Amino acid sequence: MRYILRRLGFFIVTLWAAMTVNFFLPRLMPGDPAMAMIARFHGRLSGQSLHAMEAAFGVNTNQSLIAQYFAYLGDSLTGQFGRSLTFFPDTVSHVVFMALPWTLGLVGVTTVIAFILGTLIGMIGAWTRGGWFDSVLPPLFIILSAFPYFWIGLVAILIFSISLGWLPTGFGYTNGEAVTFTLPFIWDVVRHAFLPAGTIVITSIGGWILTMRNNMIMVLNEDYVRMARAKGLSASRIMFDYAGRNAILPNLSGFGMSLGFVVSGAILVEYVFSYPGVGYMMLQAVLNEDFPLMQTLFLFITLAVLIAILVVDGVTVLLDPRTRRSS
Amino acid sequence: MSAVLPERPAKRRPAIVRGLSTLGQAILSNRKATVGAVLLIICIVMAAVPNLIAPGDPNAENFMPGQGPSADNWLGTTSYGQDIFAQFVWGARDSLIIAVVAGLLSTVLSAIIGVAAGYLGGMADGLLSMMTDVFLVIPAFPLVIVLAAYSKSGGNGMIIAVLVLTGWSYGARQLRAQVLSLRHREFLTAARLRGERSWRIITHEILPNMISLLVANFLGASVYAILTAAGLQFIGLGNINANSWGTMLYWAQNNEALQAGIPLWAIVPGLGIATLGGAFALLNYAFDEISNPVLKPARRKKRSKRGAPS
Repeated sequence: MRYILRRLGFFIVTLWAAMTVNFFLPRLMPGDPAMAMIARFHGRLSGQSLHAMEAAFGVNTNQSLIAQYFAYLGDSLTGQFGRSLTFFPDTVSHVVFMALPWTLGLVGVTTVIAFILGTLIGMIGAWTRGGWFDSVLPPLFIILSAFPYFWIGLVAILIFSISLGWLPTGFGYTNGEAVTFTLPFIWDVVRHAFLPAGTIVITSIGGWILTMRNNMIMVLNEDYVRMARAKGLSASRIMFDYAGRNAILPNLSGFGMSLGFVVSGAILVEYVFSYPGVGYMMLQAVLNEDFPLMQTLFLFITLAVLIAILVVDGVTVLLDPRTRRSS
Repeated sequence: MSAVLPERPAKRRPAIVRGLSTLGQAILSNRKATVGAVLLIICIVMAAVPNLIAPGDPNAENFMPGQGPSADNWLGTTSYGQDIFAQFVWGARDSLIIAVVAGLLSTVLSAIIGVAAGYLGGMADGLLSMMTDVFLVIPAFPLVIVLAAYSKSGGNGMIIAVLVLTGWSYGARQLRAQVLSLRHREFLTAARLRGERSWRIITHEILPNMISLLVANFLGASVYAILTAAGLQFIGLGNINANSWGTMLYWAQNNEALQAGIPLWAIVPGLGIATLGGAFALLNYAFDEISNPVLKPARRKKRSKRGAPS
């Protein structure tokens, strides 16, 4: 119980930190970028939304910094992020919720696939240390993880879209198609997701393999594994229930950091494939100097990562009885 | 065994020299480290003397645009009629400088925060650790984008500052753990009892014992810097007039090099980034094995060649 409470506390502190960064960055940066942005949109915005934006970025306001800060925290917690300049007059929240499902689907599915595959490969690699499996797959994927995500995406487009013509070059579904829940449309979405998803999986899998393999090698030297062997337990039982279950724990606690890394790579992959998720949206916002949208996307990406980490904490509680102890 | 020999006051070389010679031996004894070092040396040569390998201005638009490989242009030309090979060679310097400087500064920041947290303990440790964990979890690249979008200068100084600010936390956490494990060793207790000052204990007793971890941290931070800087330049948040692999990719993407039939324009700089990133990653991977003997690859029949065991 204490473990869960501590993790919840961490969740709140990190979210607060991200909001605080969001609040102070535009105010601290030299050259006052927010003022320049607002000046450019003077003609296009109505008086009321201009005023709201000025308040949000602390321009032309006689409120104290502290008052602005608390007003900002309140607005963020109640989901009031103002209007997007790129997609005017849409609200930022609406734009974000259009993009969010695409990224959650893409990054969520690929992270789970990469984690499971990477953990399995690392486990088997450590179990058959020095064998052909162990000397080919782990080094291969570790080298692949040194390549930039977006570059692997470019090469994938070159091979599978342009040369072979098997898969579409970009976007989330065939343009002009109505978004429906019919089988052909879902198949269309899957076909479009195939290359970006494959890119993320093969570049992110190396990290999981490396840590899992290392943990597993350490755990295999433990006395309880020797004991299990001496008892004559089956190899798969030792591998999964004895060694694997213990070796996976550090991997789970490293999940948060790795997820941040995967999300970072996914932003560029979305950009390369023009995939209509938050990463692509964020770069659009940057190009158009749409700071309200950019900042809100940053906040939502952080929030999504934090929620995923909470889920992983729950899994850790299931796998590791030590975290369940109340003392 | 040492009891046989009379205790001789051996001439102690400074810690740095000892560290470096161990490092050299370690690189030669591990195949991954050797490959990594060779790749790194190739990049260093390109960065140091690009004018000897590809003379002239790499941005000069002297050739027919959009050509494939030929005797004049080994890797073809860009849509602007620039030589891709020359751009590739000249691009190494930028990536290498960013990698080394950002890697070093991140390591220094990690060391300051990690060692302070581990050595001071108590409230200071609680606060610093919390800060480290928060930075570890906030997704770095979106934050990098936000920072770069606001600062707008696009120069290497800005990129390095942003990379250091977002890249120190992983190392700080590892170094703190190492300090905690060292804290109650006898040689530190002895130093404290001798009445050494904290500052001297940290620089003369703790840091020399963390050299391998510091090196590993530097390598990891450099890989992060290479990939993130390339990403930033690729989306146009760097200096788009610089000679760098990321900038090459930016122009290739903007001119749809893949669709236009000059895929080498996009492939070559990516390979450069991967070579440099791979060099650091291989060295790092090898160091993991060297500093943690349990992970050392099992070597058979090697011992007999090495002569009689002691």
